[in-house]
Amino acid sequence: MNADLQQQFVQDMLTESFEGLDRYDRAILALERNEADAETLNNIFRVVHTLKGTAGCLGFQHIQRVTHAGENLLDLLRAGERRVAPPIISALLRLSDALRALLQHLAAAGTDDAPLDTAPLIAELNRLGAEPAPESAAGSASLPSTEPVAPVEIASPAAPPPVDADAGWGLFDPAPAAEAPPVAAAGTPSAPPPAAKPGPAPSAPAPSAAALAATATVRVDVALLDRLMNLVGELVLSRNQLMQLASGRQVRPEAVAELSQRLNLVTTELQEGVMKTRMQPIGNVWSKFPRIVRDIARELGKEVELETVGATTELDRTIIEAIRDPLTHVIRNSIDHGVELPAVRVAAGKRPAGRIVMRAYHEGGQVNIEIGDDGAGINLARVRQKAVERNLLGPAELAALSDREALQLVFLPGFSTAEKITNVSGRGVGMDVVKTNIEKIGGSVDLQSAPGQGTALKIKIPLTLAIVPALIVRVGTERFAIPQVSLLELVRHESSGGRSACEYVYGAPVFRLRGQLLPLVFLDEQLRSRPAGAPPRVDLNIVVLQADQRSFGLVVDDVLDTEEIVVKPLGKHLKSLPMFAGATIMGDGKIALILDVFGLAQHARVLVDNSDRPRAATAAADAAAAGPRRQLLLFSLPGRERLALPLEQASRLEEIPADRIEHSGARELVQYRGRIMPLVRLDRHLSGEPPVPGSAEPLQVIVCQHGDRTVGLVVGRIRDIFEEAYELQPGSAAPGLLGSAIVQGRITDFVDAPAILRAAGFDAALAA
Amino acid sequence: MHASRQLCTFHVADLYLGIDVLSVQEILRARELARIPLAPDTIEGLLNLRGQIVTAIDLRRRLGFPRRSADAESMFMIVRTVDGQVALVVDAVGDVLDSAADTFEPPPDTVPDAVRRLIGGVHKLPDRLLHVLDCEQATALAA
Repeated sequence: MNADLQQQFVQDMLTESFEGLDRYDRAILALERNEADAETLNNIFRVVHTLKGTAGCLGFQHIQRVTHAGENLLDLLRAGERRVAPPIISALLRLSDALRALLQHLAAAGTDDAPLDTAPLIAELNRLGAEPAPESAAGSASLPSTEPVAPVEIASPAAPPPVDADAGWGLFDPAPAAEAPPVAAAGTPSAPPPAAKPGPAPSAPAPSAAALAATATVRVDVALLDRLMNLVGELVLSRNQLMQLASGRQVRPEAVAELSQRLNLVTTELQEGVMKTRMQPIGNVWSKFPRIVRDIARELGKEVELETVGATTELDRTIIEAIRDPLTHVIRNSIDHGVELPAVRVAAGKRPAGRIVMRAYHEGGQVNIEIGDDGAGINLARVRQKAVERNLLGPAELAALSDREALQLVFLPGFSTAEKITNVSGRGVGMDVVKTNIEKIGGSVDLQSAPGQGTALKIKIPLTLAIVPALIVRVGTERFAIPQVSLLELVRHESSGGRSACEYVYGAPVFRLRGQLLPLVFLDEQLRSRPAGAPPRVDLNIVVLQADQRSFGLVVDDVLDTEEIVVKPLGKHLKSLPMFAGATIMGDGKIALILDVFGLAQHARVLVDNSDRPRAATAAADAAAAGPRRQLLLFSLPGRERLALPLEQASRLEEIPADRIEHSGARELVQYRGRIMPLVRLDRHLSGEPPVPGSAEPLQVIVCQHGDRTVGLVVGRIRDIFEEAYELQPGSAAPGLLGSAIVQGRITDFVDAPAILRAAGFDAALAA
Repeated sequence: MHASRQLCTFHVADLYLGIDVLSVQEILRARELARIPLAPDTIEGLLNLRGQIVTAIDLRRRLGFPRRSADAESMFMIVRTVDGQVALVVDAVGDVLDSAADTFEPPPDTVPDAVRRLIGGVHKLPDRLLHVLDCEQATALAA
């Protein structure tokens, strides 16, 4: 056979078979729970039969022999000649393990001649087929058999024990290589060395994840593919237009604008489309879990039911890969530490079988995954005690922790409360790895637990990693991208009279942000890129970032723009630099590094102490009722304590020294970023009060965009920025006010900025 | 041990070096690199190679020579390694030579250990010695 063709067939067979075996496992488990109908058995049979046929065609005799034995047994089951019994279920599950191991070897080495002794399994399958099924629980009359079998016994003496101490449940890992060569293989011609046969990854000596990844395929909806092709067609047309335009003698600006508009549209749609092809239902990961749950629960002598909700929730496939291990670990933890033994559960008045619920859903551009169990919950006293034993915290610090914070201790490295170390979990590399892995992909982990009622872990992860919105900042001559997920706000402080806004707490720079001290991190100092003898900063551009629920201000030279950036990984040479998450190529072809906010915070030692500094105040806001949450800017005027403006209407907040105001007729103007910005005194428009004359205090200004003009609203004091759901009630008759609402538990008037600006003589339509 | 093979030769400081021509993907005239703050000294920067971001390693620093002067010419050799593409910054690129196995000799013991790992041996050419650079070692975590 043509070698390329053969390789193609092998690829197809691998893809199909791995999918088939996942279905097979699920069906077998359904069979075990007695939830199977006649079609289930047919499905199981079909998977094995197809695999046997394909393997036979392609000359993989090892696989063929194993599947043949399994097929015989399944045929008997299907015909009703044998009844489903625990030994049969176990043998069938071991069959799928063995087949996976063989297929993995095939994927890596190009031959199914895996160092794997399948003879005992084949013998077991044949024996189960040959002897009439012993009725397990029903206890019907057992026909005479050559070899009595205890139905409850999972493993027969011929097979290795079902769970190996360290090999997880990979019963047929290539570990038994040292054993005698397979008896049944004696008749086959000795296989050529791996490299001689066409294989997908001829260089890989052993089955490895990398070799398998090379064969990974994705199924894409044909309609989506057609749409992508259409878009590519559009893209080609646009390119042709662009080339025509570029070769033309005169370029009309309108034509360029039109074309760039079009290109923008096509690329955006193409981007969304391609992204969709990378989206996979999370069920692809979950499909492995029923089997894992069954195996671990058995091993620990527990009963566990697994329920999944939202398996169709889609995620980018890189993220799917990244969460596979953490999720498996969490599930193991839930079974091992969460769910109690049946007797304990009954004593506590619960059903003997524990329940684990996995739920996935989209929310606000993120995917939430919740894993909850109805087990014993986390014993906080044990957690505190353990933290002291392991010297993770001092007793005094511990006493200051709230229960919620104490719960977070389980995420510390080296923490495990397991009474005894099992091979399932409890080696002390646990939740901290889960947390770091999730945070590595830009997600967050939250743990909740109620004693006696259970534990719930909530994971939030972004939809995709490949393209992220980012803020571009400049330091010196270099540009850096900061992912917007960790961005809280931007603050620009222009100093008045040479007084810098930066203060020091024992040498550590801080900034007063609405009355709270915000630790400052100077990016150029962190990256040691500040040229010697550079003049000290006068104005501060502060990017307020959040890392691990702690906020800090990153001082940069300039804030340039927000952009969607394409994330490119850095080579392994740069893995030692945790403050960079990757790199991206900017519009001008130059490279900008992407800052890893978490890594940067650690590097700058912002995250070093775990003490009780105020965490971002989210808990109070969380308690607020449902409803659309909006970000609000709260400020005050003399005589009006609580005024609010939706934050999206304000483009910046500035503090402008009074002596910088210039006058043009009655208008007050300031020079702002090289342009003229008119000022509007909000107090005059809201209450008609005479202006407070000649105050030397710096003005608090909300910079608004009105049409294409930039206007500054002068207010009394900026008080806060927060997010809350509210219901606006029209009522206040005052001009310039939209109405009032209860926010933060107090009545607050909402300012109608566009109306005020119109009243002040700025007509958006005219200006535009 | 070394069958006859073709080596792409190049110069770094006063060394005459060669690597297996099959591991060289392309050769570029030096261009501006994106600097990486805090990066190890041997890493020169990042290169935008048609949309791929490639780490550039300065072979002068890697082999323990002083940095080249700012106006000195240099070339990029893009090599393929197990960890993907890496750009080697060299002073100049020479011809491709056929090397015979019988001219090969491992480096003498007097060569410092740090360099012995990078240089697999020398080919005795009629007029000079050609150092064979171990590409994987030279690009392996150049820290």
